[in-house]
Amino acid sequence: MSIQSQFYQQTRVPSTLARWWRHYKRNPLALIALFVLIVIALIAILADLLAPFDPARQFTDSIHIPPSWFDEGTTTHLFGTDYIGRDLFSRLVHGARLSLSLASAVVVLSAISGIFLGVLASFSNYWINSLIMRVMDFILAIPSLILAVVIVAIIGPGLPNAIYAVAFVLIPHFVLITRSAIVQETSKDYVTAMILDGASKSRLFLQSILPNILPPIVVQLTLAFSIAILEISTLGFLGLGAQAPHPEWGTILSESHHNIMFAPWTVAIPGLAILFTLLSINLVGDGLKDAMEPRQK
Amino acid sequence: MLTNISRLLINVFSSFFVLTLFTFGLTHFFPDGSSFIYDPSLSTSLFPDVSLTMHQQELGLLEAYINYVTHILSGNFGFSSVRGTPIMDDFVIYFPATIELAAAALLIALVVGLPLGIYAAQHKDKWQDKLIMSGSLIGYSMPIFWWAMLLVLFFSIILGITPVASRIGFEFDIEPITGFMLLDTLLSEKHYALDAFKSALHHLILPAFVLGTVPLAVIARSTRSTMTDVLNADYIRSAKSRGISASKILWKYALRNASIPLLTAMGLQISILLTGSLITETIFSWPGIGKWLLEAVYRRDFAVIHGGILAIASFIIIIHLVLDIFRSFVDPKLRRKQ
Repeated sequence: MSIQSQFYQQTRVPSTLARWWRHYKRNPLALIALFVLIVIALIAILADLLAPFDPARQFTDSIHIPPSWFDEGTTTHLFGTDYIGRDLFSRLVHGARLSLSLASAVVVLSAISGIFLGVLASFSNYWINSLIMRVMDFILAIPSLILAVVIVAIIGPGLPNAIYAVAFVLIPHFVLITRSAIVQETSKDYVTAMILDGASKSRLFLQSILPNILPPIVVQLTLAFSIAILEISTLGFLGLGAQAPHPEWGTILSESHHNIMFAPWTVAIPGLAILFTLLSINLVGDGLKDAMEPRQK
Repeated sequence: MLTNISRLLINVFSSFFVLTLFTFGLTHFFPDGSSFIYDPSLSTSLFPDVSLTMHQQELGLLEAYINYVTHILSGNFGFSSVRGTPIMDDFVIYFPATIELAAAALLIALVVGLPLGIYAAQHKDKWQDKLIMSGSLIGYSMPIFWWAMLLVLFFSIILGITPVASRIGFEFDIEPITGFMLLDTLLSEKHYALDAFKSALHHLILPAFVLGTVPLAVIARSTRSTMTDVLNADYIRSAKSRGISASKILWKYALRNASIPLLTAMGLQISILLTGSLITETIFSWPGIGKWLLEAVYRRDFAVIHGGILAIASFIIIIHLVLDIFRSFVDPKLRRKQ
């Protein structure tokens, strides 16, 4: 027996965040995705510095110029120009800002109201609980995009209305996740112990339950973020979200899809931007899920 | 079994109750709510009698609601405020087209997604698993309006092997019998029936593949996770230790137990398919419910929007009821509960 094992070993217990990070960085794909996502976010933040031109500026003498890696392409327009000579790269960079900020607004709106309703449902009496859950089940039963389209049809197309519609559609997911996590936690012994100690409902929730239901909510946040980007761009594509001069990714696609035969790059590149963003968000979400709930792998 | 079914029926009735309350309330939010008031001579208004009386406060809210539900239960979903035709007539024409497309998409998703998921579960954490899972994550993240355009560009414009739009070649004139183009062409007695069937199938492939992409990815992912859970279970280990062959373990022991959670996952696909049909039908000019609803949104035809959402939600409720009943037959746990 070595001398060391006769003493208590001094161990440093890592904080929860550090533990998550330690699990997270074991997954190389999730790490790359996080890096890509940070780059996209930086592009969105620094859009004004990165974009060489104003996204709405028309170069009337250079219409439908292919991207720079083609023979006919020029280095002034990295990703080429569209059907009225706007620089595609500048539009995409500004589109990243628009898409990410809109999606963040959507997620914040729906997360706050969804988590609030979920907490309300799990801490109130039978009737309020079943009322909230019934309504949420019902909203979930209608396909989300169809509901969003109908809401936009009622309150009118345009950016702010599209945000409200998508945010509304995403609320039930947050309610269900929050409630089921709370129900699962409250049946555990440490909560019973706290109740026996005489903790008030608010203290019980804030001090002991909230930290333990964070993982599923964080995973849901990333999921909601990717759904929000997809649905906002879909609404933009259908002409119900951002309107034409806005460089929103879906709107760019809907403007350029008539010219797919002459200028396929004006369709291919914006779509790739959406795909890459969604892919990296979903990969980060998967990584977070594995890191925060390692037992459920 | 009986208690199970009665419980399901109660669930369906309460869902339908909430649904009609919602759509009934929705009519109050329509910006052309004023258009419900006009003179009774306009046959194009939505439920002329109901809305008229409702807005003129002759009936109480409760009576108006009961009146509304009776109309819906008798199949009267109102009239299109643009064309003045009954919404039910449109629905009967467009609905089979969507079902045909969605069924084909689901078939593709199942035929490809299930084996991929099982294969990935069998090779868990090896390169095959990683490849399939990355592929399915790409499929899951796919903006399908862009995906549809890319496939049209590649297969229809560059290669020229699939048609760009619509359900059948314009040279064929097929009488609608069932509304399902594939069936109608087979039932048709015209001399070109077989060619028409081929043409319809030809038109179906690309949109069905586009619509099936996201469900395929979801099915592959959920099959893999369900199968890995099942394959790790004790009864599989004991079956292995008893020397039962690998294929028998997979088909008789694992798949049977995985089928119930998979059935639940399948029910969730209905919603994805209907959402996707909105986009796919628009891009491929497929005359289905999604395109019909979207055109109603563009025309601000609120009567059609109202009828459409009511019909779609009712359809989803019915599908879930059927799935639940089916599950209560398949799942021994649910059978024993009574």
